[in-house]
Amino acid sequence: MTDQTIFISILAAAVTAGTPILYAALGELVTERAGILNLGVEGIMLAGAVSGFIAAVTTGSSWWGLVAAMAAGGAVALIHGVLCISLRANQVVSGLALTLFGTGLSGYLGKSYIGMPVPHPFKVEPLGPLANIPYLGPVFFQHDILVYASYLLVPAMAFFIYRTRPGLILRALGENPAAVDALGFKVFNLRYLYVIVGGMLGGLGGAYLSLAYAPSWLENMTAGRGWIAVALVIFALWSPWRAMIGAYLFGGVDALGFNLQILGVTVPVFFLSMMPYLFTILVLTLVMARRGGRLTAPGALGLPYNREDR
Amino acid sequence: MPVKLEKRLAPSTAMSLAVPAVAVVLALLFCAVFLSLTGRQPFELYAAMLEGALGSSYGLSETAVKAIPLMLCGLGISLAFRMQLWNIGAEGQLYLGAFAATWVPLTFPNLPAIVMLPAMVICGMATGGLWALGPAYLRVKWQVNEIITTLMLNYVGILWVNYFVYGPWRDPKGFNFPLTAEFPAAALLPTLGSSRIHIGLLFALILVVLFIIIFRNSRWGYEIKVIGASERAARYAGMDIKRNMYIVMLMSGAICGLAGMAEVSGIAGRLQPGLSPGYGYTAIIVAWLAKLNPLAIVFVSVLFGVLQVGGYIVQTYGVPASVAAMIQGAVLFFVLGGEILTQYRIVFPGLKGVSADD
Repeated sequence: MTDQTIFISILAAAVTAGTPILYAALGELVTERAGILNLGVEGIMLAGAVSGFIAAVTTGSSWWGLVAAMAAGGAVALIHGVLCISLRANQVVSGLALTLFGTGLSGYLGKSYIGMPVPHPFKVEPLGPLANIPYLGPVFFQHDILVYASYLLVPAMAFFIYRTRPGLILRALGENPAAVDALGFKVFNLRYLYVIVGGMLGGLGGAYLSLAYAPSWLENMTAGRGWIAVALVIFALWSPWRAMIGAYLFGGVDALGFNLQILGVTVPVFFLSMMPYLFTILVLTLVMARRGGRLTAPGALGLPYNREDR
Repeated sequence: MPVKLEKRLAPSTAMSLAVPAVAVVLALLFCAVFLSLTGRQPFELYAAMLEGALGSSYGLSETAVKAIPLMLCGLGISLAFRMQLWNIGAEGQLYLGAFAATWVPLTFPNLPAIVMLPAMVICGMATGGLWALGPAYLRVKWQVNEIITTLMLNYVGILWVNYFVYGPWRDPKGFNFPLTAEFPAAALLPTLGSSRIHIGLLFALILVVLFIIIFRNSRWGYEIKVIGASERAARYAGMDIKRNMYIVMLMSGAICGLAGMAEVSGIAGRLQPGLSPGYGYTAIIVAWLAKLNPLAIVFVSVLFGVLQVGGYIVQTYGVPASVAAMIQGAVLFFVLGGEILTQYRIVFPGLKGVSADD
């Protein structure tokens, strides 16, 4: 391989490695925009990955796998919703509980599926003439359909958040829920909606791992990607476009470690595997340091809403 | 009938005791539904877990063995949680503590126990503490979210230990298994009789007493509580918040590091991968379930030790051990959901003067 083809293959790998993180980060982004902090993304992704895998193996169709993964992600997120929206629980601790529960649940459900193949995993399907564009084609348009779907989801979500009326309400939910309430919208119902939608996207991110990226089920196969997605939302300053850039950046670091080994770099594999985690800390620190420790997070993020406190 | 929540003037003591107890029962029922949906006999399974963990002297000693790291990590975590510092990094701090403690006998194998063991404790605690100090620095300096940084460092810490046991520290006489050489006898913590219960239990109990004294009688304990309740109030009172963040994270990490030292020195007798089945994560639930109360952490740790051992036991029935983690997560859900009852009173406006509790 020439240096150029290696470079292109690393970039292409960055996109596939970044896609599960991207879906999960977009899910967390809408959840946080609605004012709910969900630190359970890791658990949600695992629940999605395992349910998607089991459904795909049982029905023989990966599409049913996706449906199951989104349902599982939404259902697990709903627990967080009930605790944090209706019961005003501590959102940090509830999210942690969700991660632990999701890890246990997926380990329990998936035990007998370890090592099984997916009957029809999502395969690479070059996207018509776009796939032949020099450089861009192989990097962006020689992937599976879920990657292409994420290309549509990012602009759609950006349009929704910044250009539509429901998007305006969503932003207000996270900034000032009392104002949304005063306009006559049901704050609780809307927050439930976005928490569940966020969970469904997290489940989809998990299913991408088990049905397209791997494609197989391994215990704890997310390996911290859910947490990286949470960090990514901060890095992205709650913007879908920046989340996309960030996801590919993280995917690139992930892919780089793998490719450095192929290139014969003699760094022990353990240190290469540390890179995404250290990179997360580094990036988060840079973002915070550049902004002098102040963020433009949604104003009501993490605070339970209580009508009587208005 | 509409239900109203009325804020209590003071948190209800009765409820703060009843909620965790009821939560455990509800979590078991919740998981029972789930288990039977997946074709298991939940109550037989629970009985087997209890029997396995408490029905024999071996089971009892294993339960204590699993409870020790939970106590230590739970205590370490609770210290940070009291100040609203979310140290999620107990797992990594445990691994780093184990790593540093292992360095002592590997480098100086001929030290007498009286020097060796204290050196291992000091190295383990110092390294665990320093591992937590990094996130504290980033938090103080630039408000970097410590949840994410401490959690990311868990993965790094585990990989770090794996590098050493698969690489430079691998026992040349170990048939290529990823294990360090066995520790000399002087590097092993004394155990209770012939059981596997080691003196780490004593470490935990000493810490409990220390915690109680610190939080009842010391100015420092008072400062931590005030900062946790309201940073603004603490600042007006002239308390040094940054300094306390450093100290608390350092101590928190050090205690988790001690847990790692106790695991290699008291149980494994060497450093190996998979040293902890997630004690650092389970300890988060333990700390919260115990309401950060040091004495309660001891009891909850024993309860979770039962779950952990029970989880291993039911593997012989073909049930994955992760069933324990699932139940633990569910317990925390119900505790969290029930906490509203300690802060609020449920009122049925239809029935005048009757409330749902006390």
